Amino acid sequence: MARRTLPILNQLCARSPSHLHPLLGLISTRSVTYMPRPGDGSPRPVTLIPGDGIGPLVTGAVEQVMEAMHAPVYFERYDVHGDMNKVPQEVMDSIRKNKVCLKGGLITPVGGGVSSLNVQLRKELDLYASLVNCFNLPGLPTRHENVDIVVIRENTEGEYSGLEHEVVPGVVESLKVITKFCSERVAQYAFEYSYLNNRKKVTAVHKANIMKLADGLFLESCREVASKYPSIKYNEIIVDNCCMQLVSKPEQFDVMVTPNLYGNLVANTAAGIAGGTGVMPGGNVGADHAVFEQGASAGNVGNEKLLEQKKANPVALLLSSAMMLRHLQFPSFADRLETAVKRVISEGKYMTKDLGGDSTTQEVVDAVIANLD
Amino acid sequence: MASQIARRMLRSYAKGIFCSPKNSGARVFDRNFTTAASESNLIRATLFPGDGIGPEIANSVKQIFSSADVPIEWEEHYVGQEIDPRTQSFLTWESLESVRKNKVGLKGPMATPIGKGHRSLNLTLRKELNLYANVRPCYSLPGYKTRYDDVNLITIRENTEGEYSGLEHQVVRGVVESLKIITRQASLRVAEYAFHYAKTHGRDRVSAIHKANIMQKTDGLFLKCCREVAEKYPEIKYEEVVIDNCCMMLVKNPALFDVLVMPNLYGDIISDLCAGLIGGLGLTPSCNIGEGDIALAEAVHGSAPDIAGKIQ
Repeated sequence: MARRTLPILNQLCARSPSHLHPLLGLISTRSVTYMPRPGDGSPRPVTLIPGDGIGPLVTGAVEQVMEAMHAPVYFERYDVHGDMNKVPQEVMDSIRKNKVCLKGGLITPVGGGVSSLNVQLRKELDLYASLVNCFNLPGLPTRHENVDIVVIRENTEGEYSGLEHEVVPGVVESLKVITKFCSERVAQYAFEYSYLNNRKKVTAVHKANIMKLADGLFLESCREVASKYPSIKYNEIIVDNCCMQLVSKPEQFDVMVTPNLYGNLVANTAAGIAGGTGVMPGGNVGADHAVFEQGASAGNVGNEKLLEQKKANPVALLLSSAMMLRHLQFPSFADRLETAVKRVISEGKYMTKDLGGDSTTQEVVDAVIANLD
Repeated sequence: MASQIARRMLRSYAKGIFCSPKNSGARVFDRNFTTAASESNLIRATLFPGDGIGPEIANSVKQIFSSADVPIEWEEHYVGQEIDPRTQSFLTWESLESVRKNKVGLKGPMATPIGKGHRSLNLTLRKELNLYANVRPCYSLPGYKTRYDDVNLITIRENTEGEYSGLEHQVVRGVVESLKIITRQASLRVAEYAFHYAKTHGRDRVSAIHKANIMQKTDGLFLKCCREVAEKYPEIKYEEVVIDNCCMMLVKNPALFDVLVMPNLYGDIISDLCAGLIGGLGLTPSCNIGEGDIALAEAVHGSAPDIAGKIQ
């Protein structure tokens, strides 16, 4: 346990000044040393899935930056495309061996017979919590200030169970399944995350006035877990009110825990108000594995024009890889990467099209590498 | 804060009438009345003042309409104190008949009293009058500055089925299932209304919002119905947008959307999101369309019992 506490303490000490003063975090202050166990620095294998669309472009960016930093990770590449029937067995074996994966987006064809590979991956590896961190980046003007929201979304059940059938021609039913087991473990994760990351408030998002039993069960589990963390404030909000508050007063939210579908909407809305899906990091985590990807991808993997001109935004995946480095317990590499990316954004010279600039992916990557210290 | 809400509501009703020659938030009302007012007699409309702040704002509406000389005659109906056995709720049979006869109504906020053995009032109205589409125009009001100034869209939401069927059950302890039902009939109905609305109000795009990449059969059926109706209106552009993409686009650039048509749950969330974009529920008009050409306009906010009686 000592091995795990030290980096977390380090993280807490390192992050709190930058949480209060965003510009102060850009100046690298040396924090209390993370004392590794001998052998911690040996290169760690990470499965890399480039994916579809802009996926290969942005994962290439991450590989370049990792090499420039001499980070102790090496990537095992596997090609998976959205129109495959299921994720190949060798990819699953690799992820199970390495325990950590970095992934670009996988296209899910609309209305087709293929079930989403993203969802399949999450269910098979039992990645039950999906985390998206939406925050204002200094240097990126948005309509809302002071946004720093983490959306933790239950990833395996709810409306995405995929259990649909046609009762009679013209009438289709879809089952939304909520279980106490899954709701409890995602609530547990949300509160533990808040505790370890010094967050003050957890908000549960639901629609229990209409779906009394289903969301009622979710809320019950959240309330039970909340009673075990008295130092963290807990409140509940109905999902339509939540969306309204997000667009008018997003600073009132801190950590939000939601079932599957609402989490998708809330995460994408929060990402939109804080700067767009091109910059928000995120990941999926389970008891044994973790898959890091762009936080809120809004269901698309970029269009062909972005691909041709190579103007995809690598910032989201770079910040997600910083999250991955912290997960692998390489905090100073993560700090360096994050500082470099934030510096590039705050300078504002190399920004891709979705942030209002005109640079290509490669230019942004070169700027990040140049800013690494 | 109470005075702010009251001021906002008065402003919304006021702007709806006085600004009607220019762009206004109550364009829907405007057109409804101009077509009907061409007849020489008065329009009869049913008015449900509702609870809490309801009677006060209903009075404001009546005052404004009478000073603007709108040719309308209100038939007021109050929610009864006992359960009417014919409707199994506090709404009397006469009220419902009056709406069916007049075809036009205005409803204030109604609080459902907590008790046993009766249905919620809004639910009763919806089921009895078969109100299948909820139309919410969202316009940025000039003069009320929010972070979004160029909002100009209509959300049309299917009101009867989808995730809100209320069919839930506990399978075993700790496992609950909730049914989401999509039928061809209801989807066709609301898609027809959406395209008809777009055509009559000069809108050029209709976007169907869905999550058919995950819920392939249910939202797939909804999309199929929308596509069928879209073929009958070739002059209106039709597109399909996945809901998470839609949320993101709405908060970044609401000018991208025109008319949105969607099933029940997404409609609930998106229409409230759009209300948030223009300044809140106190400023948003809303109208429920029913079978047999019934239109029941309503206030979407609650009855706010804590500020009732505090404005003059």
